[in-house]
Amino acid sequence: MLPLRFRRVTMSARVLVGVKRVIDYAVKIRVKPDRTGVVTDGVKHSMNPFCEIAVEEAVKLKEKKLVKEVVAVSCGPQQVQETIRTALAMGADRGIHVEVSGKDYETLGPLQVSKIFAALAKKEQADLIILGKQAIDDDCNQTGQMTAALLDWPQGTFASEVTLEADKLKVVREIDGGLETIKIKLPAVVTADLRLNTPRYATLPNIMKAKKKKIVNVKPADLGVDVSSRLEVLKVDEPPQRQSGVKVETVHDLVEKLKEAGRI
Amino acid sequence: MAALFKARRALGMAVGHGVRCLNQLAELPELHQMMRQTCRDYAQKELAPIAAQLDKDHKFPAKQIQELGGMGVMAVEVPESLGGAGMDYLAYCLAVEELSRGCASTGVIVSVNNSLYLGPILKFGTEEQKKQWITPFTTGKKVGCFALSEPGNGSDAGAASTLAQQEGNEWVLNGTKAWITNCWDASATIIFATTDKSLRHKGISAFLVPMPHPGLSLGKKEDKLGIQASSTANIILEDCRIPLSNMLGERGMGFKIAMQTLDSGRLGIAAQALGIAQAALDCAADYAHKRTAFGALIGKLQFKLADMAFAIESARLLTWRAAMLRDAKKPFTKEAAMAKLGASEAATFVSHQAIQVLGGMGYVTDMPAERHYRDTCITEIYEGTSEIQRLVIANNILKEYQQ
Repeated sequence: MLPLRFRRVTMSARVLVGVKRVIDYAVKIRVKPDRTGVVTDGVKHSMNPFCEIAVEEAVKLKEKKLVKEVVAVSCGPQQVQETIRTALAMGADRGIHVEVSGKDYETLGPLQVSKIFAALAKKEQADLIILGKQAIDDDCNQTGQMTAALLDWPQGTFASEVTLEADKLKVVREIDGGLETIKIKLPAVVTADLRLNTPRYATLPNIMKAKKKKIVNVKPADLGVDVSSRLEVLKVDEPPQRQSGVKVETVHDLVEKLKEAGRI
Repeated sequence: MAALFKARRALGMAVGHGVRCLNQLAELPELHQMMRQTCRDYAQKELAPIAAQLDKDHKFPAKQIQELGGMGVMAVEVPESLGGAGMDYLAYCLAVEELSRGCASTGVIVSVNNSLYLGPILKFGTEEQKKQWITPFTTGKKVGCFALSEPGNGSDAGAASTLAQQEGNEWVLNGTKAWITNCWDASATIIFATTDKSLRHKGISAFLVPMPHPGLSLGKKEDKLGIQASSTANIILEDCRIPLSNMLGERGMGFKIAMQTLDSGRLGIAAQALGIAQAALDCAADYAHKRTAFGALIGKLQFKLADMAFAIESARLLTWRAAMLRDAKKPFTKEAAMAKLGASEAATFVSHQAIQVLGGMGYVTDMPAERHYRDTCITEIYEGTSEIQRLVIANNILKEYQQ
């Protein structure tokens, strides 16, 4: 017989999953001529791969009947609704579109997004937030951590395995030294790493069902969040062109060349 | 006043429907875009990397077919109550095109199961037959096939020499069917056999036969030019006995069932041809980009790419339109024949030109261009040769102008 505490938490558990719309991983990125950013017009966008893994984990928990509802959340302009619909087609129950557009969207970063998530977590009475560990466009790897801090919730980042044990979450984390296993109490924030799972392909019946699922529009102001950025992007450049190397005949020459280049 | 209101409403609905049709040509509805993307992702990640090996090994992609079954792609038009995805024919054509872009063999396996096997049972089967012969074939664990052609007649389908004789409470089938796609991997087939020779094509009936079954044996697998991962062979019937309840539709309805089935089936093949053509264009265009870094882009190369893209896009719109007409339950025979003719001829043209663009690299197995070229040839032959398509179109046109 499960303890009452555990049953209360998990039977009505609600999971918020963040999904970010990013430039598709296969696209060759080009810097805008004015060097203020990268070209996004007419470029293929899709759900951030780590966010796909996050959605998959949430849906799996729901299929195991460990959570009751999965809510997909995305911040951005009208187009992010496509990303939310993809999450719905994978099995999320409903979506929340936090409208951020124009200049605000260009400068939207982890601090603002984590404030939005913290506010939504309180509003929706979420028990678990699952995010991708980082987005493949900015590679910040900050949103999960900041969200946990703002909510004063425990965090399990770089998760490669998540198990619900009584009222705790056992998270196996991928760290530089290997694997670390921690136990954290719900409510908590988890960020998904590559090996957490293999995201499913949306099935045709689920795509049809996704059409009927609701997406609610919300403004950051409604959540009491100020999305103005404290950061200013000065310039964006391509990585330096790869220079051709120099061939040397002997180890002696190699040492000389390295000394010349000031490397040793 | 009421009459005026009714008329305006009817006009509004007609315009709305027309506008929706036009909108669909300009941009697909969101539902279709999503499923197209999901099929494209699957094809790129799961099919394209193994397509060359499947072709070399002549290997049926059983795992992938099961995964596609799980996604609902093996039974797109079948209602959810019977285990299908419950989507429309346009969605099905999009799915076949995207899958064929990854692997042409997988495309034809999906197409034959959907259009040639499930299609006629859905349309002409009894409720009992649907439960028995459709539901198990929606998951990808079992596939079906369609046996119309014979060694002695392909285009002349009305001259079926396979016989079906009633003996008590059984039908006894005797004869040979040729060129049957999927047959070595299938668990059921629809056989067309003559029940009344004197009635000629009106004396042909359709039968559902499980596989394996006593009296039904398979010929050796054909060693084909392309689509090697899908099996093709003869089906030999020697005193093959099946219950009377296995007749599909009514006695003598076989030819009609076959022709109507092929009308739809040829859209599936058109979609397959489009997918292969698109893959060939992707290959050529990508290669053209890389080659220009080392030398000047030959003017004729640009024109080639333009011609290739134009051929594909034109055929694609024809295919979509034919599918939408079918979904709207309007006559679509002429448009379907045009789509199949257009798409298959575009595919053979594009795949040939893709080899030209790649030059020597197009001729070797290191690049997929040679496989696309081999795969496209069959699209002009099966489910109605290009010559037959022209006959169908011509007949329809002459009828239109007959008054």
